[in-house]
Amino acid sequence: MEPPPKPDALKLTRLDALHRACGGRMVPFAGWSMPVQYTGGIIAEHLHCRAKAGLFDVSHMGQLSLAGENAGQALEALVPADIIGLPIGRQRYSQFLNAEGGIIDDLMISRLPGRLFLVVNAANAAADLAHLRQHLPADVEIVPHPERVLLALQGPLAGEVLARLVPETAAMKFMDVIEAQISGQQVVISRSGYTGEDGFEISLPGEIAEQFAEDLLKDPAVELIGLGARDTLRLEGGLCLHGQDIGPAHNPIEAGLAWSIQKRRRLAGDFLGAEKVRSELLAGVSRRRVGIKPEGRAPARAHTPIVNEHGENLGEISSGGFSPTLNAPIAMGYVQAGFAAPGTKVFLQVRGQNLPAQVVPLPFVPHQYRISDPNGAQP
Amino acid sequence: MSQTFYSRDHEWVRIEDDIATVGITAHAAEALGDLVFVELPEVGRDVVAGETVAVVESVKAASDVFAPVPGIVMQTNVALADDPSLGNSEPEAGGWLFKLRMDGEADFSELMDAAGYQAFLGETA
Repeated sequence: MEPPPKPDALKLTRLDALHRACGGRMVPFAGWSMPVQYTGGIIAEHLHCRAKAGLFDVSHMGQLSLAGENAGQALEALVPADIIGLPIGRQRYSQFLNAEGGIIDDLMISRLPGRLFLVVNAANAAADLAHLRQHLPADVEIVPHPERVLLALQGPLAGEVLARLVPETAAMKFMDVIEAQISGQQVVISRSGYTGEDGFEISLPGEIAEQFAEDLLKDPAVELIGLGARDTLRLEGGLCLHGQDIGPAHNPIEAGLAWSIQKRRRLAGDFLGAEKVRSELLAGVSRRRVGIKPEGRAPARAHTPIVNEHGENLGEISSGGFSPTLNAPIAMGYVQAGFAAPGTKVFLQVRGQNLPAQVVPLPFVPHQYRISDPNGAQP
Repeated sequence: MSQTFYSRDHEWVRIEDDIATVGITAHAAEALGDLVFVELPEVGRDVVAGETVAVVESVKAASDVFAPVPGIVMQTNVALADDPSLGNSEPEAGGWLFKLRMDGEADFSELMDAAGYQAFLGETA
């Protein structure tokens, strides 16, 4: 094990002073000093985001652009999503797969005029960059954006809050992405996020970030939310955390991410890891990511063994904790395919006890995405 | 007449005659954050000093609670089990965890008084 980096070696986001001024409890996370919570605490922040609007600094995430005529086609060699067919102004979720179909990282890919804009996980950003440099042809220009801040504004009031500052966001629907101007500077805004709520992610130059964050915080609906609540929000939403729920030892099919692999790509099989993806689709998976609901009050954390009534191993918890919305423990994990049906009774081995639990559908809390065009007809 | 001691594991223990009431300190509760689950010992269990007797879990993590002195578990805080947030709102009062009946002369030499604990927090901060 490498020793943890010294605190003074941690990278600071452009909003570091704002976090500290707002009572942020700063912790090391993927080489960054990040707020795990503010003075309200994780539960209050979580509930605020579900009720109103939460502002997250997620500047630790890696941002980069791929430029060049050939960028979409070239990227398709490394991700199983349809990128050639991704129109300008739309975003897609995908994964970088290794040759064995394991998930190197998961990412968001947006098509903007003249380029693709990627957001990757902080812990994998350097490896992703190396992976892209290794595999993409020379005519695709790889442009990292370490100077840019990434903010997320999430929650049922996010739409009206952002529309007051950036009016053109009012017409956006889920997974739309636009370039807009804030304080005369170019920003990239997507209508997406990592909470299950309606909301936005806003990529902006560092020099205008603090002022913009303060402008958002002037709205009484908006409060800062730390990484602690970000984790409980995404877990309620059944959303995967790379390094826990997905990783090089998981393929996207057993992870329940087949929806993110469009038909053309499945048929063509022309991406790294395609052989495994196709065989998993064809022959069926041996294990599957599922929702797990403990019957009692005790949370089951990551790596908790999942067993059947005879104590035989079925798999393990990949993420587990407490749901502030349900006021109960929740978890996700992998179980043998025969035990993945909702309603299946399982047991969780916590501190030497076998605690009863049930396989349940995901998400735990329904997604609130703005699927329909807010100016158009309801679906 | 009661005396309160503190452990290096951020527990407090209040001694009244042969009864020791144990909880986590305000510092520990603040560091753990929102408590969501407390696992308390069986009444009647005989515990030695340093043994894991209870578990407190916050949103983020689980943390063991050790017996600061030996004894037999006499009572557990049912109100805390029902509402773990008591452990945040009044960690050194209504948020107590369990009471032990001590047998004979307990040894408090490994524990600190309030001033000692404050100094200890200052050193480890």
